Amino acid sequence: MSQTVFEPWTDPQAKPLIQFQNVTKRFGDFVAIDNQTFDIYEREFFALLGPSGCGKTTMMRMLAGFEKPTEGKILLAGQDMAPIPPNKRSVNMMFQSYALFPHLSVWENIAFGLKRDKKPKEEIADRVAQMLKLTRLEKFAKRKPHQISGGQRQRVALARSLAKAPKLLLLDEPLGALDAKLRQDTQFELVDIQEKTGTTFVIVTHDQEEAMTVATRVAVMDDGKIMQADTPANIYERPNSVYVADFIGDVTIIEGRATANGNGYDIAFAEGQPTLHAESSKSFQNGQSCHLAIRPEKVAITADKPDTRNALKGTILDIAYLGNLSTYHVKLGTGQIIKAQTANTRRLSRRSFTWEDPVWLSWTDTAAVLLEG
Amino acid sequence: MRRFALIAIPYIWLLALFLVPFLIVLKISLSDTAMAIPPYTPTLDLSEGWQGFRAFLAELDFENFTFLTTDDLYWKAYLSSFKIALIATFLTLLVGYPIAYGMAAAPDHWRPTLMMLVILPFWTSFLIRVYAWIGILSNEGYLNQLLLSLGIISSPLTILNTNTAVYIGIVYTYLPFMILPIYSALERMDASLLEAAEDLGCSRITAFWLVTFPLSKNGIIAGCFLVFIPTIGEFVIPSLLGGSQTLMIGKVLWEEFFNNRDWPVASAVAVILLLLLIIPIILFQRNEQKQREAEG
Amino acid sequence: MRRVTWFNVTSLTLGFAFLYLPMIILIIYSFNAGKLVTVWAGFSTKWYGELLSNQSFLDAAWVTLKVAVLSSTIATVLGTMAALVLVRSGRFSGRTLFSGMIYAPLVMPEVITGLSLLLLFIGLNIDRGVMTIVLAHTTFSMCFVSVVVSSRLVSFDQSLEEAALDLGCSQMQAFFLVTLPIIAPAVISGWLLAFTLSLDDLVIASFTAGPSSTTLPIKIWSSIRLGLSPEINALSTLMIGVVTVGVITASLISKRSSMKRLADERAAGT
Repeated sequence: MSQTVFEPWTDPQAKPLIQFQNVTKRFGDFVAIDNQTFDIYEREFFALLGPSGCGKTTMMRMLAGFEKPTEGKILLAGQDMAPIPPNKRSVNMMFQSYALFPHLSVWENIAFGLKRDKKPKEEIADRVAQMLKLTRLEKFAKRKPHQISGGQRQRVALARSLAKAPKLLLLDEPLGALDAKLRQDTQFELVDIQEKTGTTFVIVTHDQEEAMTVATRVAVMDDGKIMQADTPANIYERPNSVYVADFIGDVTIIEGRATANGNGYDIAFAEGQPTLHAESSKSFQNGQSCHLAIRPEKVAITADKPDTRNALKGTILDIAYLGNLSTYHVKLGTGQIIKAQTANTRRLSRRSFTWEDPVWLSWTDTAAVLLEG
Repeated sequence: MRRFALIAIPYIWLLALFLVPFLIVLKISLSDTAMAIPPYTPTLDLSEGWQGFRAFLAELDFENFTFLTTDDLYWKAYLSSFKIALIATFLTLLVGYPIAYGMAAAPDHWRPTLMMLVILPFWTSFLIRVYAWIGILSNEGYLNQLLLSLGIISSPLTILNTNTAVYIGIVYTYLPFMILPIYSALERMDASLLEAAEDLGCSRITAFWLVTFPLSKNGIIAGCFLVFIPTIGEFVIPSLLGGSQTLMIGKVLWEEFFNNRDWPVASAVAVILLLLLIIPIILFQRNEQKQREAEG
Repeated sequence: MRRVTWFNVTSLTLGFAFLYLPMIILIIYSFNAGKLVTVWAGFSTKWYGELLSNQSFLDAAWVTLKVAVLSSTIATVLGTMAALVLVRSGRFSGRTLFSGMIYAPLVMPEVITGLSLLLLFIGLNIDRGVMTIVLAHTTFSMCFVSVVVSSRLVSFDQSLEEAALDLGCSQMQAFFLVTLPIIAPAVISGWLLAFTLSLDDLVIASFTAGPSSTTLPIKIWSSIRLGLSPEINALSTLMIGVVTVGVITASLISKRSSMKRLADERAAGT
């Protein structure tokens, strides 16, 4: 491949655009952000993902300047942001409610920020026209926000926040108000616009699919802390904690004790069940408690005993038919339930398993992720 | 700095033109009756510092308040204001509830018009609305003319300058205040509730008493306070429609001030009126707050 | 709650008859030719002529208008500021007293407000006149304005103002370019309320007016205390007419704009 992969966070020479340095934010006794240090690089599409109340919105509002860190520093291109009020920052924000000015037309909304900079008229008109074209809103320039659809409003909000060509664009749940179908189309449009403009985007969302689709890196947050910040693939395939593994996608977590064996560990998890094996570069002491996280799509389901190290016997408790996929809930002799997923490549009538069938579950040595207890 | 100015300007205005005047009333009510012209004794001499303040306090007395208790005109006036306000509020409720109910039951496209018709009188002059009743209720007024010509009565009824006229005036002028809160409570009510009640075996009338009425309770309470509180201190209606025997404290205060020029007593009357009003006002506030909490 | 029954129709008819008949009678008899108000003596507009040539009424009307415009304008500015303080400023020392002073005048009997202000003006040796009435009216009507405006501000989406700051506005610019235009309808109705309250007020004006500053309600009061007067009937009719036209126009405008908005939203497919 001639094209280099965009991964500035792996390059020690790269200079981050934004640096959080030991940032803590408290509201009274409540700790919203707990001593966080991390970097965001230029041209990144960085997603803050987490349940409501995890601190992701506070993080974004600190970047915008609506909140100040209680402790620590936030640097933008090496400069401390603390003394700079929101209206003097080259950071713009797209609000969850869009916050379009209802008394102004689409054109005036987009021109609003430019006018504050006292730019010459022609320059403003040019820039607005450019933004309207980028967001395909040319036809709606004269309309008021209530005269356009939800999707169009979303694009006006985006155009307005991009008009001033900020170094950093913040997007607070930008697609939250759109219906499912429109959301999918808009996700790709957002990525497209981000690549076209080369602006650094930071998006806040609670929708993991959205984060995985648009972001170069996803930061999974919980309780004021970033649990893991990595590429979507790594977050999914190599979660660093039970929380992240459980938060992203579907997973079965098996609790057990690790014993070193070859490149990985054997995990004993229940009386009368065979030990499982998982390769791992992490180090565990013999007998240390651990968690094994395994994604359902990596678990094979067969009628006969397979010839692998990780094989468990159980009966089918439940089948969730999702059309393209089916998820089987298989109950082991110990009562533990393991999820297995298969692609429905055949028609329903030809499907091989049904309720109460005894089956074998199996997976490869590299399929499961071993996590600290 | 800007925030400071934003708070300070209205704050200082209200301190100077609301709180300070009221403190002056309080002070004068405790001053001596003998000198009806300012400066009243005692005067507060701040140049003497704390001593002066102590001396000032020592000279204040409750003489005016004692005077109010000796002359039964005053407590009778308080009592009668209370009674008139209470009866008038009840009458307003009786007249207002069916109107609010009818509005809430009206078809959707009628409601804005009905609403406007209720609010319109509120924007027209209070004085003129009271004045309109003089022509109707007087001995040779339109009502008596009508009743005489219909042969229902043989000699004119005396309504003007009686308490009856005062009740009519209060009901008439304060009716919108009663209708609007009840209407807004009824309007929010889900029609299926009544259907459910009837489905469960209520007759229309029991459904009204068991469902509609309790659900409009907050509107009724709010409406009653909105009529009761201003009625107690009412001056215009008893003066224009009431007679010499109509005793209301707002009128007494006015006369004490403008006719007898006894400012300390007028101030004492005002202070007691306010103390009496504090109870219903607090009850009203509490009701509003409860409602707000219930709504979310 | 949709039931058109005889009971409802009757209660509405009787109710609105009660509300409107007295005013309708007043209007009809304002065109009475006779001097005796309650006895019909043929149609005439002569009392309107008399009224409009009566200098003392015209003077009083002019004073009233001056007072109402001045006091409602100042009250709107102060009341809007007070509403911003109540809704936005969070906690500050003296907040309880502040909100108390906003709500108290709403329920304070007018006789007490009037009395207390008069005692203040006398204490400070201020000559009573137009200015003292303006001060008095501003004080109680700013409280009404602040209640109207703050009920709008409560539902105001704070992120609109943040968006303005984010796009480079100062706090002041954000208020004047974004917040004020959006809450303008509430501010205007606050002004109208303050204006009407001022036009209507007899009691407080009586306490705070000087000999040269008789307002229309004071003038009406002194003439109706002596009984019915055909001139007052004519004046009442004029006042009712102006208010009716105003209220109907306002409600038509707001109805049309809300219908247009609804149609727009439907067309936009939201």
